[in-house]
Order: sequence, then C-alpha cells, then structure tokens
Amino acid sequence: MAQFKLHVNGTEKIVEVSEDMPLLWVLRDHLKLVGTKYGCGIAQCGACTVHIDGVAMRSCVLPVSQIENGMKITTIEGLSQNGDHPVQQAWKELDVPQCGYCQAGQMMTASALLADNKRPSEEEIKQAMHGNICRCATYNRILDGVKLASKKM
Amino acid sequence: MKTNRRNFIKAGTFTTGGLFLGINFLASCKADVPLPKDLSKLNFKDFNSYIRISEDGYVSIYSANPEIGQGVKTSMPMIVAEELEIPWEKVHVEQTGLNSNWYERQVAGGSQSIRQGWDGLREAGATAREMLKQAAANRWEIDVAEVEAEQGAIVNQTTKEKLHYGQLVEDAAKLEVPEKVEFKKPKEYKIIGKDVSNVDLHKIVKGEPLFGLDYYEENMLYACAIRPPAFGQKLESFDATKAKSLDGVVDVFRFGDKIAIVANDTWTSFKAQKLVEAVWTSDEKLESSEDHASVLDTLLSAKNSEVLRNDGDVDQAFKEADEVIERTYAAPFLPHNCMEPMNFFADVKEGSARLVGPIQTPKWTQGRVAELLKIEAENVTIDMTRMGGGFGRRLYGGFALEAAEISSVMKRPIQMVFTREDDMTQGTYRPASKYKISASIKDGQLTGYKLKEACINGNMYGLIPNFFPAGALKNYRVEVAKYDSNITTGAWRAPYTNFLASCEQSFFDEIALVLKKDPVQMRLDLLENVKGNTDEKIEYSAERLQDVIRLAAEKSNWGKAKEGVHQGFVAYYCHNTHVAEVAEVEMVEGLPMVKKVVCAIDCGIVINPIAAKNQAEGGVIDGVGHSMFGHFQFKDGKPSASNFDKYRLIRMTEAPKVEVYFVENELDPTGLGEPTLPPAGGAVANAIFKASGRRLFNQPFINAFVDNNPLM
Repeated sequence: MAQFKLHVNGTEKIVEVSEDMPLLWVLRDHLKLVGTKYGCGIAQCGACTVHIDGVAMRSCVLPVSQIENGMKITTIEGLSQNGDHPVQQAWKELDVPQCGYCQAGQMMTASALLADNKRPSEEEIKQAMHGNICRCATYNRILDGVKLASKKM
Repeated sequence: MKTNRRNFIKAGTFTTGGLFLGINFLASCKADVPLPKDLSKLNFKDFNSYIRISEDGYVSIYSANPEIGQGVKTSMPMIVAEELEIPWEKVHVEQTGLNSNWYERQVAGGSQSIRQGWDGLREAGATAREMLKQAAANRWEIDVAEVEAEQGAIVNQTTKEKLHYGQLVEDAAKLEVPEKVEFKKPKEYKIIGKDVSNVDLHKIVKGEPLFGLDYYEENMLYACAIRPPAFGQKLESFDATKAKSLDGVVDVFRFGDKIAIVANDTWTSFKAQKLVEAVWTSDEKLESSEDHASVLDTLLSAKNSEVLRNDGDVDQAFKEADEVIERTYAAPFLPHNCMEPMNFFADVKEGSARLVGPIQTPKWTQGRVAELLKIEAENVTIDMTRMGGGFGRRLYGGFALEAAEISSVMKRPIQMVFTREDDMTQGTYRPASKYKISASIKDGQLTGYKLKEACINGNMYGLIPNFFPAGALKNYRVEVAKYDSNITTGAWRAPYTNFLASCEQSFFDEIALVLKKDPVQMRLDLLENVKGNTDEKIEYSAERLQDVIRLAAEKSNWGKAKEGVHQGFVAYYCHNTHVAEVAEVEMVEGLPMVKKVVCAIDCGIVINPIAAKNQAEGGVIDGVGHSMFGHFQFKDGKPSASNFDKYRLIRMTEAPKVEVYFVENELDPTGLGEPTLPPAGGAVANAIFKASGRRLFNQPFINAFVDNNPLM
C-alpha cells in the first residue's frame, strides 16, 4: 500500500492503494467514479478508456504508480461540466447507446480523436475507434455520432 | 397467438396524493385477487404495474421488465403514456424490482416484452385516461361523452374549459374502474411511432452509476471466485496461504466445488484469485471439440432421432428424385461476452436476502436463492439494475446464487464479480450444432426437403420446426437428436435459429442454382404454396414474408450490384417477425469484407423507431460478426479463448453499413431484439459464394480464408 496524489477531473484526490492497482480500479472502487468501465482487463476492449493529459489511455492496464505527479486524468464524469461536450451532445441527439456499458469508453476515445483531429475522415474515425468493442454492435451509430460531434467541434 | 385475458385494474389514492393504476399483464392467472373496497386503505401490494399521477400533472410510469439494451425501459412506458394521453415530456420512468404480486413475466427473453405487454400496457394507460375523463365529467356535471383527453388535460368539448390530470387525480382515484376501455387508433398516436430517446441516455453519456457493477453500498466487500477450469472437474483441495497474505484480502473459502475470494476491493480479489493454488480432479470425461464433431456426425447419420414435423412422403420424394442435394453445416459453441461481466450484489441476513444486479430472470433467481438459503421466497428481494448486455447469458443467474452464498458465509453485503476470463470460460454457451439438409429435385421442381439437427444438450423447440419453409413443400421433414455434454449451454440471442437460418438460407441458394432460378423469385414462388395453408402451426405469413422480400430486393437494387460487389439474399421468420436481408460482400486482399447489409422488417407497429432501428442494426452486425469470426473450441474441457485477445468480436472497421426499412402497417407489434440476427449469416454466406465461388458450410466463415490465424 502506498499513497498517491491524483488529479482527476480537475480535483486533487489522495488514495492509499497497492502500487500495481490499475487506475481503472482506483477510479471505480476507491474514488467511486464508476463511469469508467471494466471490460477485459487487458487493454483489448476499450471500455476503460480515460484521458491522461488529453491522450486516450486504457486505464485497466495502467498501474497507478506509473501516473506521474501532475498528470491530468479525465474520466467520462469530467468530460464536460454539464454533459454537453460535442461528443455527448451528438450521442444524445442520435440516441447512440443500446445497453450503454461500453459507451463511456467509446466517447472518451472519440473525444480524444476529435481534440487531435477536428475533421477526421470516415476511415480515420474507424481506425481510431477500432479498439473499442461494442457488443450490442451500435457501430453505425457510433460512426455517425463521431461525425456529428466533429461538426460541433 | 392471442392471450385470453381478463385484466383487472385497481386504483387508489396514495398517502401523498396521486392516482395509481395497477394492471396485470396476464391477469387470468391472478383473477382471484380481490378488488380493494376501501381505496383509502388500499394495500399497494395488490397492484400490478402502475402509473402514478402527481397533483401537478406529472406522471411516473413504472417499468417492470429487465433492461438489457433492448430499450424496453423506454418503449414499454411509451405505450402506457400514449393511451394515457400525456405528453412524453411530463413522464418520468422508474425501474421496478421483482414483484410477482404486481407483475407477470418480468423477463427479458425471446423478444417478447413488447409483444406480450402490448395489450396490458395499453389497458393501463387507457383505463387511467377514462377515469380521469369521468372525474372531469362529474365535476362539470356533464356526460363523459362531452369530454376528451388531450395532452395531459381533460377538455370540455362544449366550453373548451380544461382541467389537467393533476387537478382530477384525487377524484379519479375514487371512481369505479371501468371494465372495458377503448384503445386509440394507430392514426391517433402521438408518442408511438415517434423517436424517443432512451430514458437513461443522459445518465449513460455522463457515466452515472446505472449498471450492476456500479452498484455500491457502505460496508460492502468485493468477491470473485475460482471455478473448475475445465468442464467436468471437481475441486479436490487448495492452498490459499499466499492469497490470504495479500494486503486487503478478507477471506478465502471453499463453497461447493468453487473457492471464494473476498477482499476490500475488486482488484485485490482478482489479484488474490491468481495466487490460490487449487488441485482439480475428475471422474467425468473432459470433452474436446473433436469429440463433439464426431458425436454430432454420428447423430446425423443415426436412425433414432425425434421427428418434429413430417409432411407428405419425404422418403418417396427422394426415391423418385432426378437429383438430390445434401449438405452438412457446422457451428461451434459461442460465449455471450456481455460487455459487463457477470456480477451481483447480495446482502444475506438471518431469514432474508436482498439482491441487486443485472438479471434477465429475476423471478427464477428469487426462487433459487430462497431454496439455496432455505428461506421463504417472499423474503428474497431482487432489484434490477440496467444491464451491460444480456444476449441470453443473464437468463441463467448462477452468479446471483454465488453472490448470495458468499454473502451468507461472510455475513456481510458483497458484490461478486466475474473477471473477463471467468465470464468467457465459465459460460452458458450457445451449443455447438450440425445440420444436415437435403433436397430432392424432379423434373426441375423441388419435390422434397428434409432437415436434421444434431446439437449439444438440447434441440430446437416450440414452433421453430414450423418456420419457413415448412408449409411451402408437400414433402417436408424436420428431425432432431442431441448429445448430453457436461459443458453448460443455454439460450444465445435467437436460440437455434441463429445458426439454423444461416444453413437453410444458404442451402436455398444452392437449390436456386440447380433450379436455375433467381434466389429472390424462388422464395417468392415457394411462399405462394403457403397461402391458404390452414395448419395452425404455420404462424408466419406468406404475404408478410413476400412483402419484406420485395422491399429488401427493391432497396438493395437486387441483381444490379456494382462490379466487385456481390449480393447474398435471405428471408426468414422468427420471434413473430418477418425479415429479409441482402448482404454485400467485396473481396479485399483475398478476404471477404461485408460492406453493407440492407434489412427489411415487418414487426408490426414500430413503437420507437430510433431505438428499433438501432436494435435492428445491432442484430445484423452481431449476426455478421459471429458468423464471420466467432471461433470457440474446447480441449479437454477447457475453452480455447478466455479474453478478447484470443476471441474475435466484430469491431468498427469490420462492421457493415446497415440500412433498415420497416414495413409500415397497423398490426400488433412483434419481436425485434433477435429477428434481424439469424438471417445475417446466410446473407453473408450467399454473398461470399458469389464473391469467391466458395460455398461455406462451417462457421466462422473467416476460417476458410485464413491459415494459421493467431486468433483462430
């Protein structure tokens, strides 16, 4: 057990956990930020995607001890103040989710892509979203959602 | 199938004001429940599903069915709100827990929630509306025929005076419940048929707690379990010294042939799980996929199978045939792979248990938990969370029982979680199966058709043997045989038809080729034979199937694909819904890529088009994905894959664009969660044949094109 100071969604949090605990579980079980989901634990499905300094990362394989002091962690709960990030707006307008479980990860990947590339081509969107599995297969709507969000950026 | 129902509805005032209406979905089972006489002393446990109207005119509609992503938490209340004649903006939807006194069929399965709820939900809304009208008429001292319900208010048709529902609710609640109410005509619908966003959408996009794994209570511990790694094994002994020495581990103990690991957080329990050293034994055969392949082949050629449908004289037709086509198709076991791994919360106390989590069958779970803990079922409460997928897996609540057992040992509330590996390797799989289909052809005509199913642990059930093409052929036979395995199997989205449709519809393509007929025309012609068939078991409609066939052919420009694009056609009926699909395949670097699927559906009235379309698209892509990539084998009782690195699910780059077209009619709504999935595999197989010249008989199809694929 060790103490870690984390900057999560604009606030400083102190947690005392095992050094090898992945950020995912620190967020979920210790900070009660459960929007970030557990899907596979081996960085294959993307359900656990968060932003570390704006970059989409798989929190399920990222030990908390590797997060350097000052790194800014953003989770779905912190993507926007009022749920109105362009990606969230687009997701609401198009009614993207079915079960909804993977969607936080989808939106975090999509928002990182659009922060980097405001007008991605369809192929660029598909490549960027390839790492996020949606078992309900709402892929058509996720694609449309990213395109719509791109227009709102 | 119409249910003979005699609904009863009860109403009363709530202590805080407001009208409650209860409705029994299949009330004939509950007709002996007495109507309360003194409404002010009403025991609300007598109610079934209900509406609550507040004095300021807002309405709460309670959603009783489990939500697995099929959208019933939105679409079922929409039906109530429609008949209640209340603007959707004034509706608040709440999920109820299991309550067998109030509700029938709190199940998510078989694509039946809307179809079986249709009458009951409309009745709940319409009855409340009529009582509010009567209350207004009484207030104005006029006949009820002189008032109308309009958008949450009752309007005096003569004076145009208005009273909103909140102003009438108390009076309405004291009125006698009308025995019979009239439903709106479809052309009067204001909510049904309009796009309504998922009621949980705002929470989903903000990552608010909704799912089983998000559930938390103070004082809760986290648990996982170790189960036999191979089907057929038992636990002999284990050493938990290392696991117990880990900081944060609370306890490790045996329960049955499993080991529970209880810790202060999920990760610690997962970490400790790997440190337990267990010894497994077996006195059963540890089965492998090769064993299944040969046992299924044996069943296909054996004589002692069960005949489920036998029309005409099939054997004679084959004896007289000029030509016989015979094909055998094979599909593997499949895990469900819900994105949210299995989990459940349980708080077991002396004589009672409280469970919360994602479950498609809360009532079944309640009974089993009660048996396990030797307590009364009424002392077991089950609350349902939103589910991160179901696909059939959450019909089997063994995980909820495990949670209850661990909690009862710990005497603490616990959340029991499967790792992804547990979820994939401890499944209730789609059983491996084979189909042998044969057709006899004489004088250029299809004269006989026989189909034999060999499957692990079970066979096609209900009316499946009577689905298309049953009824279209004079000589027709379906027979089945099964092999009992120790590998657990169960329903997987569109059980049996998920592979059967693919085989039959692919086989049809071969028949069409031999008969030198266009596959679309051949199906239309076959369906002509069904018209006028009076066999009650033939529940599909030849006309409705022909309509979706024509619609899909038209929308896909059937037969006019661009160069390099190859189309495959399928028409199928299941879950009371008629579907036709056209898949378009292109060969890219020697591999078939499914680029587009056109899907035409007749599911009657579409309640919520925006969600229905999503559901249909998802079903198609799910069908494409599993028929292309779903590869899962057993070796000595152990699954070949335990996580998404070794098990390939379809991803965005492989997902076809899906175009969905609904037949517009005013017929009662039918299933939609499953019916678009079964046709997809056949449409892909038929398109791949055109694209590559290769006829595929074994799923997953990609195996025919890839050697030594590390994922296969």
